[in-house]
Amino acid sequence: MKEKLTEELIAMRAARELVPGDCCNLGIGIPLNCAAYMSEGVLVQSENGVLGYGPVYDRESLDENVERVDWNVVDAGMRYLEHVPGMSFFDMLTSFVMIRSGRLFSILGGLQVSEKGDAAIHSMSEVDIASKIGGSMDLAWGAKRLIVTMTHCSKDGDPKIVRELTMPVTTRKRVDLIVTDLAVIEVTGSGLALKEFAPGWTPEEVQQQTGATLTIANDVREIEF
Amino acid sequence: MRDKICTAVEALSEVKDGALVAFNFWGPGTPLHLMKALSESGVKDLTVCTNNYTLRANELREQGAIDAAILLPQTRKIIVAFSGIQAEDASASGEITRRVQEGTLEIENVSHGILIERLHAAAMCLGGIYSPIGIGTGLEEGKEKRIINGVEYIFQEPITPDLGLVSATKADRLGNLVYHGTERAANPIIAMAAKYTVAEVFEIVEPGELDPDAIVTPAAFVDRIVLIPSDDAYSKEKRIEQTLRSIKYRLQKMAEAEAAQGGNA
Repeated sequence: MKEKLTEELIAMRAARELVPGDCCNLGIGIPLNCAAYMSEGVLVQSENGVLGYGPVYDRESLDENVERVDWNVVDAGMRYLEHVPGMSFFDMLTSFVMIRSGRLFSILGGLQVSEKGDAAIHSMSEVDIASKIGGSMDLAWGAKRLIVTMTHCSKDGDPKIVRELTMPVTTRKRVDLIVTDLAVIEVTGSGLALKEFAPGWTPEEVQQQTGATLTIANDVREIEF
Repeated sequence: MRDKICTAVEALSEVKDGALVAFNFWGPGTPLHLMKALSESGVKDLTVCTNNYTLRANELREQGAIDAAILLPQTRKIIVAFSGIQAEDASASGEITRRVQEGTLEIENVSHGILIERLHAAAMCLGGIYSPIGIGTGLEEGKEKRIINGVEYIFQEPITPDLGLVSATKADRLGNLVYHGTERAANPIIAMAAKYTVAEVFEIVEPGELDPDAIVTPAAFVDRIVLIPSDDAYSKEKRIEQTLRSIKYRLQKMAEAEAAQGGNA
């Protein structure tokens, strides 16, 4: 069995899409891992009202720094953030102006992406009756560039890249790039273009795991790390 | 001049049944002291508008942690952007499902941005707004749509809270508020949108002690100021204790889930 990329490697590849000076929001799941691989100078935003945050306290560092932690500074997932030079705080109105007006890149997790660039990103909650839309619709609609990171197939082996979505829609025609554990795929006006594939795999094998037709880019190559 | 400083009970004494109450529920900046007081006030048939409706694990609730569900028995409608359960054993989740099924509770799903723009519309006294978010998704069902300059929009009505519960770090005696860190979140917008705004704060100072440049919510938006007593169940210290407990609980549950998965593989 050939190796698929780990979540860390997916995040590392997606993070390379940003350059210093870019501002970016990271969704929960794989995207949160991107923070560790961002170039210095990329400003990470969280929709509860912080831009330019740095390291996140993990379990150990939280225990070690109880005296130092600023209990008023968290990201959207309630993780405590260290103060770093250049960070700013603002209200959610300012935050969503930032999110909707094309000033931020969005890296979001995905449940399904269609060949037209539609995406199912939010899940229904455990309560079943109330959704977990959160900021996903705003982030997807307004992104300067929308990058979806996810595993190529579901746990049951079903392709997550499909012709038409079968799950609740988060956004229509907004996805620009899909980074999975098998490939980097660009969404173009004429369909999906396979740009890169995981080491050890072939474009044909990636196509077999995909529920929509891939055009193989002329300069297709192995993902490099 | 009428003094704005009072207790939570006094501040909420005139809230009527059927009121629409809005509050920020997102870590720091959640008005826990006022939410608790509202839950004990006896008002009913509330519409609760909040960015997050997170349900805490039963174990944490037994230790005094509260969540938006503290108002559930008095609530007939919830307007929410994100709902989640911290652990599988949150008893409120079953209660919500049951009440929705029997028709005594209604849930309106929005996105964070839609919630904010609708509150903002209310603050600006608009009759509604045309918003592009949600086109082609389940959120457009039953809503008026319109194409303006080639772009498709959904009509969104304003959300005008009868009562806004706000949490800030510090107030002066006039009601000017300053926030610290991500506590700010939706609080300033709720203060502007609500017909009647009550702010809970950890400290009250004299006018002139706050830097005018640093005031985010000016006094005109604040009707009552409630100082959180230092021995309150939701004092700063108690909140930090609860937060740590909650984080440890969550991490422990995650570790347990991981171990269980590893065992099955």
